[in-house]
Amino acid sequence: MPKKKTKKSSKKTIKGQLGKKKESAREKMIGQTIGYRYDVNLLPDYSRITPFLKKYIEAMGWDDLNWLEDVHMGYEEDRPAVFDRNANGWVTIPKKIKLPNNQQDRDMIARELLVKFQMSPNHPLVDLKKAYRKF
Amino acid sequence: MANLKTTERKTKAQSMGLHTEVLTGKTQQKFFNPDEAENFYYWGTYDVDFNKRIDLDVNDLDCKEANKKIDELMSQGYGTIVIKNPQGKHSLGVGVLNKLNLIFEGSLGYFGVGSIDGPTVRINGRVGWSCAENMMAGKVVIEKNAGSCFGAAVRGGDLICKGSVGARTGIDQKGGTIIVGGDAGAFTGFMMQRGRIIILGDVGINLGDSMYDGTIYVGGKIGSFGSDAIESPMTKSDVDWIKRKLKVAEIGENFDVSKMTKVVAGKKLWNYDALEPTEKKGAI
Repeated sequence: MPKKKTKKSSKKTIKGQLGKKKESAREKMIGQTIGYRYDVNLLPDYSRITPFLKKYIEAMGWDDLNWLEDVHMGYEEDRPAVFDRNANGWVTIPKKIKLPNNQQDRDMIARELLVKFQMSPNHPLVDLKKAYRKF
Repeated sequence: MANLKTTERKTKAQSMGLHTEVLTGKTQQKFFNPDEAENFYYWGTYDVDFNKRIDLDVNDLDCKEANKKIDELMSQGYGTIVIKNPQGKHSLGVGVLNKLNLIFEGSLGYFGVGSIDGPTVRINGRVGWSCAENMMAGKVVIEKNAGSCFGAAVRGGDLICKGSVGARTGIDQKGGTIIVGGDAGAFTGFMMQRGRIIILGDVGINLGDSMYDGTIYVGGKIGSFGSDAIESPMTKSDVDWIKRKLKVAEIGENFDVSKMTKVVAGKKLWNYDALEPTEKKGAI
């Protein structure tokens, strides 16, 4: 008896698709995907700090990364990005910057870029301050 | 949404063209060059010199006058300002968006040094309710005890109390680190969303109640866990990080960090729908 031909399924599974990707233990426990775009509890590895960030810490008179410890590389519209709390939006990383595989290194790049953006005269807050600040 | 075009009198913001844009999308295209000249200050803040020091007696000033005076001194380049006779006044040192060494020789009242972004503050006394509320960045060190709601809604920076603190420490915390050398009251880390709290002493009841995320490290006894707060094993990364932070905080030199209890959110109260499931892989 000839073997019955079976059609291959045309459905493609996308890596990382909800319900298909590997769930973390915590996600399994709560039964839903964790919605953050990065691990908010990841502690920074100070051995990977960049020279720019060292200068920034020194200029501010701090002992460590301070508020930048909470800054991580995330993503927005399929592009790597860092969240700017002052502008309340994501700052996408320029394409010319090649990102390393290590999340700690990526986070350091995100921190550096964010500081540069926030201190830039092109930051959206500059226009808002010019328009609205009272003193 | 209000029709801004029909507004008869133009405000300064409108004359700058900020309201002419149709608010239909969420994306704002704003370009800048990451290689532009290095600058470590926000626009509109001052380049101060830490070695330029001045004393400011606020005995006869109210909080508004005192805060304006601090701003004036920063504009003159003073990087170290010593506040004499704060006498428990409320809302002193708020809204400093500058790098600065700010020293209070005495105690503060309610809402001291709130909404700061950058300064290093030392308070040689006690503080009242809601000290450093909504702090964005910087370092605040309190030599004695603090009241309730210590570090409410902190978003970043290091907030250190060498003594004990009241109830609801780190309520609604959204980032940064709170370090307490002594004990903490009930509902510590209530509804915290991110960030880290280190308590070297004991804590009261309902620790981390309804916490959404973030981490609490406790060195002493815990009165009770709050809703959805669970214990988690300490890792080497936790131990190394706490040791480094305690060094920054200048407390707990000989404290055995490895015996601390780590508390995180059980996330059973989480209520996410299908959020951002696939993008990360493509992006990074």
